[in-house]
Amino acid sequence: MASGNRSQTAQGLTLIAPPLGYAVLVLAAPLLTILAYSFFKDGYLTVIREFTLENYRTVWADPIFHRIMLRSLGVAALVTLATVVLAFPVAYFLSFAVSPQKKAMWLFLITIPFWTSYLIRVFLWKVILGYNGVINSGLKTLGLIEQPLTFILYNVNAMVITLAHAYAPFAILPIFIALEKIDRSLLEAGRDLGESRAMTFWRVTLPLAMPGVVAAALIVFIPTIGDYVTPALIGGGKIPMIANMIQAQMLDLDNRPMGSALAVTAMLIVAVISLAFIAVNRRFLRVRQ
Amino acid sequence: MKGGGLRAYALIYLLFLYAPILLLPIFAFNSGTIIAFPLRGFTTEWFAQMWGNASLRRALTNSLTIAVSSSILATCLGVFAARASTRFAFPGKGPIMGLIMLPLVLPEIIVSISLLVVLLSLGVQLSILTVILGHTLICMPYATVILSTAFNSLDRSLEEAAYDLGETRISAFRLVILPLVMPGIISSLLMSFTISLDEFIIAFFLAGNEPTLPTYIFSQLRFPKQIPMIMALGTVLVLLSIALLTIAEYFRRRGIAKTGAKDTGGFL
Repeated sequence: MASGNRSQTAQGLTLIAPPLGYAVLVLAAPLLTILAYSFFKDGYLTVIREFTLENYRTVWADPIFHRIMLRSLGVAALVTLATVVLAFPVAYFLSFAVSPQKKAMWLFLITIPFWTSYLIRVFLWKVILGYNGVINSGLKTLGLIEQPLTFILYNVNAMVITLAHAYAPFAILPIFIALEKIDRSLLEAGRDLGESRAMTFWRVTLPLAMPGVVAAALIVFIPTIGDYVTPALIGGGKIPMIANMIQAQMLDLDNRPMGSALAVTAMLIVAVISLAFIAVNRRFLRVRQ
Repeated sequence: MKGGGLRAYALIYLLFLYAPILLLPIFAFNSGTIIAFPLRGFTTEWFAQMWGNASLRRALTNSLTIAVSSSILATCLGVFAARASTRFAFPGKGPIMGLIMLPLVLPEIIVSISLLVVLLSLGVQLSILTVILGHTLICMPYATVILSTAFNSLDRSLEEAAYDLGETRISAFRLVILPLVMPGIISSLLMSFTISLDEFIIAFFLAGNEPTLPTYIFSQLRFPKQIPMIMALGTVLVLLSIALLTIAEYFRRRGIAKTGAKDTGGFL
């Protein structure tokens, strides 16, 4: 059996080698390069390979970085909150009220918009929310408002709406999967022991669904922080987020060590926040399914 | 009716998800040049304009080349990853699969910027080849997930029966396993194709001067005059994506039915 295991291991490693090699070359190596660059000095048009912490010192002392990082975190937090809160009832509906034959159909309907023309969807929100946009011109035609609503114009609110729309399916799926795993007899037990419907939800369903909620929050939060298109299109480039700042530093200013230090710092901050978030919800994640 | 209130909420939610997509065709056929209500008249002028646009045609050719190449590459790599992870145990499996799946959660800006820095410092000329490199990387996790479902629902005794009947490892894979996971492979190809066709950030940074459909759209959004034509283009692209995804979903389900497993839903 020992030789059998060894050949299993060998076969597994042989099979995984091509995708692993690809991921190492195209993903891991570039990420490590960025990490190395962040400790190098920037020379004019070149990079001086000399160890320094100067880039990080500059990043942490930069008030613009503070403002943009805080804005990115704020936008991502709002988007996460909105998507998860709005998605939970839909996931609950899918898991508890839709007949098993129709579940796949519903999931398919929900995921379709996610795969279609990201850029045009983002742009359409600008059209929908804009000064002469669909909402404003529609409401004006109906005579409900005289002046266009301004609180939805090219600002952080508009970015939050757009991103919440873009990442909505990402939030529904993990919650749905967690809800599907819940043993329905536990809910009956709760009811039999005299809990009301609401209390059963609060004390049984919700804690058991928490792993899905945590996964949903992270899977929305992390890519949202790094979104480039929405600030560029909706914010009109005037309210940049961290991705736009990294891009400007790397390409427009051609300061690669500085851009790398920015990217590494942003990734570290996101990683720390994500781990803290998991730690806070630790007791839910240990739930036995 | 069970879940009446929830059902109404879910339908409104679905409407919110589809709102932008539903507006696309409305403005694509509207003769007014400004994207706002009230609508003017009906026209197909924007579609004609789109048809006659040479730079758009070039972007389309590039996008199709990139999407076909990266979906094939990603699916091939995905077959290896899915087969390895569902059938074999090997040391470091967790971290290895984690690295392969990482692009799923890593912001694309990080992927593209780091790849760009490496390519530039190696002196590689940016072209559609470098975009294929990046798109293969981000499609690989999706391909792996879809194909893992396909491989997971395989009955191992079928494979063993093939060995017992004298097939070699390779011929058993070709004659027994491959036909059974074929729907998964088709589904993965279509999914990766759709993702690549729609991907903007990586194409934006790694394409050099070559336009792709999304980067072409992005460059045109600055010009109000071009917007109606972009709406027409968007309509076509959305219809195309929906068609591709529907076929992908059909094959995914057929694959599950073929191996007799239970449908667990969704792409993710």
